[in-house]
Amino acid sequence: MSEEGAERIKILLVDDELGYLEVLQKRMDRRGLAVTPVSSGTEAIRVARRQSFDAAVVDLKMEDMDGIEVLKVLKVMDPDLAVIILTGHGSEQAAREGMAHGAFDYLTKPCELSDLLERIYASQKS
Amino acid sequence: MRLNPSRPNRYYRALTRNLVLFVVVVSLLPLLFTGAILLYQFEQAYQSKVEEHLEVLLKKHRRTIDAFLHDRLADIRVLTRSLTVAQMKDSSLLQTKLNLLREEYNGVFVDLGLVDPKGLQVAYAGPFNLIGANYAGAKWLERARADEYFISNVFAGFRGSPHFIVAAHKRLNGQDWLLKATIDFETFNALVENIRIGQTGFVFILDRKGELQTKPRQEVVLASGAWREILALPLKEGKVTIIEQADSLDRETIYAAASLKNSSWIICAQQERSDAFMHLLRAQQAALVIFVLGGVAIVLVSLLLARRLVRRIAEADSQKEAMNEKMIEAGRLASIGELAAGIAHEINNPVAIMVEEAGWIEDLMSDDGPLSEETLAEIQRAVQQIQEQGDRCKQITYKLLSFARKTDPTVKEVSINRLVEEVIGLVSQKSRYGGVKIITDLSAGLPPVAASPSELQQVLLNLVNNAVDAIESDGGTVEVITSQEQGDIHLTVTDTGIGIAESNLARIFDPFYTTKPVGQGTGLGLSICYGIINKLGGEIKVTSVKGKGSAFTVTLPADQNNNPASASAEQAEQS
Repeated sequence: MSEEGAERIKILLVDDELGYLEVLQKRMDRRGLAVTPVSSGTEAIRVARRQSFDAAVVDLKMEDMDGIEVLKVLKVMDPDLAVIILTGHGSEQAAREGMAHGAFDYLTKPCELSDLLERIYASQKS
Repeated sequence: MRLNPSRPNRYYRALTRNLVLFVVVVSLLPLLFTGAILLYQFEQAYQSKVEEHLEVLLKKHRRTIDAFLHDRLADIRVLTRSLTVAQMKDSSLLQTKLNLLREEYNGVFVDLGLVDPKGLQVAYAGPFNLIGANYAGAKWLERARADEYFISNVFAGFRGSPHFIVAAHKRLNGQDWLLKATIDFETFNALVENIRIGQTGFVFILDRKGELQTKPRQEVVLASGAWREILALPLKEGKVTIIEQADSLDRETIYAAASLKNSSWIICAQQERSDAFMHLLRAQQAALVIFVLGGVAIVLVSLLLARRLVRRIAEADSQKEAMNEKMIEAGRLASIGELAAGIAHEINNPVAIMVEEAGWIEDLMSDDGPLSEETLAEIQRAVQQIQEQGDRCKQITYKLLSFARKTDPTVKEVSINRLVEEVIGLVSQKSRYGGVKIITDLSAGLPPVAASPSELQQVLLNLVNNAVDAIESDGGTVEVITSQEQGDIHLTVTDTGIGIAESNLARIFDPFYTTKPVGQGTGLGLSICYGIINKLGGEIKVTSVKGKGSAFTVTLPADQNNNPASASAEQAEQS
């Protein structure tokens, strides 16, 4: 797309809904993003420890670990990592809390893919 | 008016009846006592008044009669004193004297006669020819000789008509001459015959043997009954004796008697009681009418008031019932509200997947050229996924709607275990994100409980919700246990949460009492649980250790009409 020829943006996608993870990866991949899907907070941290990412999209509510906790750990490991939070409708309060902990932005689920990509590109420009 | 369904009409009828009875007894009893006392006192007073009246009357007439007799006697005595025997032997002189007396006393004296010591009437003035009449052996003569002055009883004598004699002695040469005068019976009789007492009262005179000395206005029975009794009594001089008795015709009658003429005669009065007590009887009748009317008025008014009062109570009861239903409804909505966030999130996930899958199909179809086999298979998979996620959404909304239905207080057979599973299904999303593990230990073959399913569901939801809320972010366990003990079903919800401070334990079932942050708890949940369980005839108990957790135990009576057969439980599940 706009980053034609450049190195593909590496995205860490964290959500405990496997179906969501799968389809989102396919669609982002089609749009030239390098997506690494993980289905839990602990796995996200494990993967992030091994490789670096340009951005992370993290679901706020997960069974094993709260999205905010994942955010905090990721920011400690890589302060420059742009973390975008996905939240259910009605949990904006928690999302704003995430902003306070250094998240780049948040989106309410379900969201338009174009909105998500817009946030990701915006995070890479800044 | 819609009556309270939980209180049958029987209850209100009993309430009305008790109120009416209470008011009637409290108001009529004093009236009855006061009336009885007043009537009794009044009757006593009236009785003595009647007796007093009779007494006064008899005394007055006794004096009159005594005075009459005494005066006649005095007249004769004057004659015996002023005349010599020789003068008295002269019939013409006696005639002169008799004329004088008749003029003076309006014909009271009928005749005058002089009886010699042998009992022969030697001189006579009067309407009969009685010179030479021999009284020797006559009873009155013997008695007259014995006393200084004499008034005889009434008798027929030679002339064959009733009369009595007044006689005085004249002694000459040791011999006893007797001047006698005959008193006109009619004149004497008029003295008493005209005395009237009320409508039925009359007066007459008897001698001590019970012989009539005057003509009573109506026939009197002397041989038996009251007069026989009175004649047997020793009548005291100057006293009036009164007795009351039924007469020969069974009419209550008052009899009064007093002695006169040196106790040889008795003046008698007789009056029907109903006549003497006429005014009293009228007063009693008036009082009775007033009492009956007053009683009827009291009964009517109390009936009216009680009805009105009970209707108000019934209205208040049904309003209270409606308020309770509304409160349960409000509490229900509050608990659903508490769950809403978790459920919204739960539904967001499948929706998000569906949106993305639809986008993915769009992506695939935007490719140029005919779709490859592979792409078609991918679209097929995406459509499948959308269907699956749609089903998931349906499940979630179904669960939520089963709770959001309006509370229905209709009592059915409810399977507790089934209810527990439903509630846990609803709370699971919330608990999963809170790190709470819900475990169940449900006893198989529990008998059904007769209750409103939606109400009981709410009790469970509140308890499980509270248990999950009591566990803080570091996680914990909620355990729901059902069991049966004799006829009772026990349901215990235990948590490993923060527990309840001992000082708060007594208040947790109070309405609007909450320890949750403002905006997160209404304080209605447990009070509603308490109300519902109470209504079902069960009880709810709590034990708690601060920092360790709480346990709520609900005990419900099993539906007595059902055996613990699983068939009936299943029937309840299907309803």
